[in-house]
Amino acid sequence: MDLRLPSKVLEHIFSFVDSNEDRNSVSLVCKSWFETERLTRKRVFVRNCYAVTPAAVARRFPGMRSLTLKGKPHFADYNLVPDGWGGYAWPWIEAMAEKSPSLEELRLKRMVVTDECLEKIAASFKDFKVLVLTSCEGFSTDGLAAIAVACRNLTELELRECIVEDLGGDWLSYFPETLTSLVSLDFSCLDSEVKLSDLERLVSRSPNLKSLKLNRAVSLDALGSLLRLAPQLVELGTGSFSDKLDQEAVSKLAQVFTELKELKSLSGLWDVLPEYIPLLYSVCPGLTSLNLSYATVQMPDLVELLSRCSNLQKLWVMDLIEDKGLEAVASSCKELRELRVFPSGADVDETNVAMTEQGLVSVSEACPNLESVLYFCAQFTNAALATIAKTRPNLKCFRLCVIEPFAPDHKTHQPLDEGFKAIVESCKDLQRLSVSGLLTDKAFEYIGTHGKKLRMLSIAFAGDSDLMLHHLLSGCESLNKLEIRDCPFGDTALLENAAKLETMRSLWMSSCGVSFGACKLMSEKMPKLNVEVIDEHTPETRPDSSAVEKIYIYRTLAGPRLDMPEFVWTIHKNPEIGVSHLAIE
Amino acid sequence: MITELEMGKAESELELGLGLSLGGGTAAKIGKPGGGGAWGERGRLLTAKDFPSVGSKRAADSASHAGASPPRSSQVVGWPPIGSHRMNSLAAKSAREEEEAGKKKVDDDEPKDVAKKVQVGFIKVNMDGVAIGRKVDLNAHSSYENLAQTLEDMFFRSKPGTIGLTGQFTKPLRLLDGSSEFVLTYEDKEGDWMLVGDVPWRMFTTSVKRLRVMKTSEANGLAARHQEPNERQRKQPV
Repeated sequence: MDLRLPSKVLEHIFSFVDSNEDRNSVSLVCKSWFETERLTRKRVFVRNCYAVTPAAVARRFPGMRSLTLKGKPHFADYNLVPDGWGGYAWPWIEAMAEKSPSLEELRLKRMVVTDECLEKIAASFKDFKVLVLTSCEGFSTDGLAAIAVACRNLTELELRECIVEDLGGDWLSYFPETLTSLVSLDFSCLDSEVKLSDLERLVSRSPNLKSLKLNRAVSLDALGSLLRLAPQLVELGTGSFSDKLDQEAVSKLAQVFTELKELKSLSGLWDVLPEYIPLLYSVCPGLTSLNLSYATVQMPDLVELLSRCSNLQKLWVMDLIEDKGLEAVASSCKELRELRVFPSGADVDETNVAMTEQGLVSVSEACPNLESVLYFCAQFTNAALATIAKTRPNLKCFRLCVIEPFAPDHKTHQPLDEGFKAIVESCKDLQRLSVSGLLTDKAFEYIGTHGKKLRMLSIAFAGDSDLMLHHLLSGCESLNKLEIRDCPFGDTALLENAAKLETMRSLWMSSCGVSFGACKLMSEKMPKLNVEVIDEHTPETRPDSSAVEKIYIYRTLAGPRLDMPEFVWTIHKNPEIGVSHLAIE
Repeated sequence: MITELEMGKAESELELGLGLSLGGGTAAKIGKPGGGGAWGERGRLLTAKDFPSVGSKRAADSASHAGASPPRSSQVVGWPPIGSHRMNSLAAKSAREEEEAGKKKVDDDEPKDVAKKVQVGFIKVNMDGVAIGRKVDLNAHSSYENLAQTLEDMFFRSKPGTIGLTGQFTKPLRLLDGSSEFVLTYEDKEGDWMLVGDVPWRMFTTSVKRLRVMKTSEANGLAARHQEPNERQRKQPV
């Protein structure tokens, strides 16, 4: 008896399957499910642009409407990946232009996007709606103009922390008068001033505008007139908050803020003067997200502001908040889910000593929904980590950056092994962890033993030996991304656990003790991995036992890539060909 | 699916050269130039030309000794791990503050470090060839021997079977008696670099600004106990 469901029925059922993780499972059931699923998938996520070829993706998902791509490894954010490494968007855009011209949405992260790419998008996708570029580089404001002028149905244009060649603010004036569909605009990372009148007209004719993030060059005065035109905003990123306004202008601005009844998210606030902070009080009770990480607001003013934010779920702030400020957060922001505290100075000497581990402990003890933490601090203690672990077993993401490398528990002078043990033992659903401070191999034994749900792990200046890596690779069952810098392990653990790497997305190791010989061996034995050696010196001129600078290993179906620069080496699968920049099949 | 790596001849060749006893064939010595050497490379800074420079550009150290100033944390690429947008913002803010401070400054002898928020009692220690400096609490020490022991533990971790910052097994260093490869020096409040140990401990703690573990061969010209560097201690695995 044929038990197969007709494909129309399958299609209908699959239309309720939203998450791609579920869709991936669905597609493994049998051939007909695979076929139906692939024909109906609209949103495609490729989390490593080199894991698969653009052509293969386009072939498999002909109904694709939305594509999300990630390029460079995460440590590129900290300048550890040299310029020119790769992550080019062009081959993807070219392939989609040809095979998926109905593409509507493109979200790229850590990729190189050129003006040519943007022009191609503008020219090829007739119904293009959404462009979100995060930590991308390689394009200029001319490329933005191309998008603005051609995409008639554009709803979202967001540039998040991109490095853009800024040729001026003219690009904004290229949005045609007929464009009325804008929902979200974020140009906060650009430097140049845009023409206020163009911006005002754009905002006036965009009744669906929900999110507007301005750049620093937009003055406080200009902000007032823009907000008058868009009181429906849900997300606002202000420009510079520092012009001197007269009393009348200030009270007008205060009035405008009270009109923002829908506002949930506030950011920007560059250079905010203390006397202007009260302007924000009226929106505080409605805020769920507040990003003050670029605002040099001192603790007393922060306390005043945050004590009014009873619905806050996400807070990003600098260490100027101090322990006292975090205590205020603990008592006022009971809905808090995510806390990020950034350093206000780039060096250990500049860390605000009035912010210690106690600040985070206060928040952990008082905020029951806290599940995501990023905390930069001068030093920490095992006791604090234990308290955090005990009070917040629901943590999903815990990233602690003790700014001074190798800093031990500042009270007991012990390594922080026991503290992190408490964290991984208690927080059973922990998916992301960054460790720091003085850590021995023991810390990693604990992580390997207890971190069963851990997917991403970041390590710097830690451990004693190969055991460290061995514990992690053999213990952390769910491990997907591992990034390590400046840790003292060599080849042994890596080679012994090589098979593990095929179950992970990627492994980054820099300034560790892995040898070129080990890289060659792994490359020969593991056909489904790309083993990339990033080193300014030709590996072949040195003995096999010499350590290489950086290694990036990732699983792939696409084989070695063809776009490597001269400092990236891959070992050809055929050992006779040896080391090369190109894969010659 | 490969579940076990076939360890053939190639791997045993690798094992000879590496393993945990990194003091072996690749004997990475501190300050060895260029590539090569396994763990000893930990202290090596990546060359500037590979990477765009980030972080605030500090004013040059006022040290008056011969040789390069010790590297500071902010010179290590990608540390602390802040995105480049944020790093640039901090650098710009720092530059603005320095400019304003410069305009306001009338007569200023005081070393810049004292004005910053430095943890009381903690002073920075750098070692030649090691990129990352450490901090040590002078208040927690009562004598030079005490201090020297802490520094030896910190940088060389003399417990057998473990690897210190420099990745080598070494015998206790004897930083104070001039018999080893390294000497302990300090910068005082006047900005002069001196050998540690010449003045009474109490006097030392009030005048020391920061410490540097310097190669004996570079310590020429510093006061008092300068000796011929002894024959290099062999680095033996235990």
